[in-house]
Amino acid sequence: MMTASAYQEVTAQREEIMRTSVGIDYERYRTGVVAFDYERLFSDTGYDIDQVRRIQSRTAVGNTPLVELENITALIRLLRPPGKGARVFLKDEAANPSGSFKDRRASLSIHEAAKRGYPGVAAATSGNYGAAVASQAAKAGLKCILVQEAFDSCGVAQPEIAEKTRACEAYGAEVVRLSVGPELFTVFLDTLRETGYFNASLYTPYSILGVETLGYELARQVRERCGCFPDCVIATHAGGGNVTGTARGLHKAGADDCEVVAASVDLSGLHMASDHDFNRKSFTTGHTGFSIPFTTVPDRADVPRNAARSLRYMDRFVTVTQGEVFYATQLLAELEGMERGPAGNISLAAAIAIAGSMEREQILVVQETEYTGAGKHSLAQLNLALEMGIEVLRGDPRDSCPGRSIVIPEHPSQIRVVDMNMDYLRERYLSHTLDSLPTTVVLTDTDIEFLAADIGSSRRYVEEKVYGNHGKSG
Amino acid sequence: MGERVNKGVWVEIHSILLAAGERAETLPEDTQRLPLEMRVKGFLTAEAGLGDEVEVETVTGRRLRGRLAVVNPAYSHSFGAPLSQLSAIGGEVRALLRKAEA
Repeated sequence: MMTASAYQEVTAQREEIMRTSVGIDYERYRTGVVAFDYERLFSDTGYDIDQVRRIQSRTAVGNTPLVELENITALIRLLRPPGKGARVFLKDEAANPSGSFKDRRASLSIHEAAKRGYPGVAAATSGNYGAAVASQAAKAGLKCILVQEAFDSCGVAQPEIAEKTRACEAYGAEVVRLSVGPELFTVFLDTLRETGYFNASLYTPYSILGVETLGYELARQVRERCGCFPDCVIATHAGGGNVTGTARGLHKAGADDCEVVAASVDLSGLHMASDHDFNRKSFTTGHTGFSIPFTTVPDRADVPRNAARSLRYMDRFVTVTQGEVFYATQLLAELEGMERGPAGNISLAAAIAIAGSMEREQILVVQETEYTGAGKHSLAQLNLALEMGIEVLRGDPRDSCPGRSIVIPEHPSQIRVVDMNMDYLRERYLSHTLDSLPTTVVLTDTDIEFLAADIGSSRRYVEEKVYGNHGKSG
Repeated sequence: MGERVNKGVWVEIHSILLAAGERAETLPEDTQRLPLEMRVKGFLTAEAGLGDEVEVETVTGRRLRGRLAVVNPAYSHSFGAPLSQLSAIGGEVRALLRKAEA
């Protein structure tokens, strides 16, 4: 069990624990000062997309329905000039065994852990991923431990996380619930060290390969139904795995021209490690508190090299407000007859705005939903918000302030997206990478090539930034 | 003497993993002033009283120690009361769609 001295000891053994618990020697993939062989990290797993699909189908993961949201599409078209308003489809990922796309993400890790003879699996997660790991582990007969950031210093649990605790325990997993703070990571490493369990990290190549089937399936479903690939896919963005896996899957299906949009709920102003702010967030994932740091510093993960590298794949990154997502959740229930969890509807809120500016013949896919229930529900979140002294009003969502007010639109035309500045994100990525290097370090040609790919830009762009600002390239 | 709890009963234990002064330096001030707390459930390995320092065996077979906090902890999360801020939305958008059809 953790003590201050054990904390220091575990931190010192961090690299070793991470390597042993995922069975990947990340050092092997290093190709430069900052560069590594990203594609080899995937190919060395030995899985291609057909194998992943077969493994997932054995536990009823994937092959989820693609539903056309005809009434929401009709509503969007009402708000726009004639000829505008793309057809909106929804991939009903709530149909997966534990109720979210995270089953895809867990499936290959658990398959791999069982194959390699680990006695159990563990993951650091407070969200749907915990239930997915627990569900897959139950099927594989592996022991399972989830470490959650679950309650504030008053002992008040975030309702969504409380539901996740229940779900994980329903699948026979052990749940370690912690108060607020990033030391959770060290507690998690200590648990891995003590148990010798497999780290079912969200950020290994197994996790991303598992999501590729989502992009792959939806591209093929749209082509089968409409005779063409989708024009735009919107994915809720937090740690980057959803965006990365979906985009890679779209490419594998041949849908290379499809625009990939990352969408997050705006929680600016709320600190992710603040006990005070913890229960003032009505979303526990899919928000800017994760997505911006993970976009600009992807390797801040529980593995040395994060296989989720969202800046490589996103064409656009937008934010929506909490109130807009609650409104979209209500539309999905009352116009389409699908009651789903609000956190899965972040990309749906963005879609209502984005589809409106697309042409009528175009096709937009919202690539996930999640299950709903006690705790994982707009009412549970908004009632907690009211208890925490947050105002919940109808009005223009632009007037909202995370942690102080949630403004639910009065009219669907008030749903808008705010575009993140992609150049700002790329510059932040580069400056963080370069600032973390000793001044004497000289970047190689491979490094420049890697950085260009990793930020979804050109060599020239990287060279300008590197030579211009830091002089660290030779 | 407090409530006695039998060996083998499903309970939740509470423990402090890091005291307030031992927290990560990078934390915001409000969190730094607080201890890092842990709550875990398991089967009590010996009879004890509420508040006692005890050992539990978790469902994975780990033996963990902490203060006996809750006996047979309930799942109390729910939905809460309906909210007028949400319940009006369906009617509003259906009216918009009807108006367009008319």
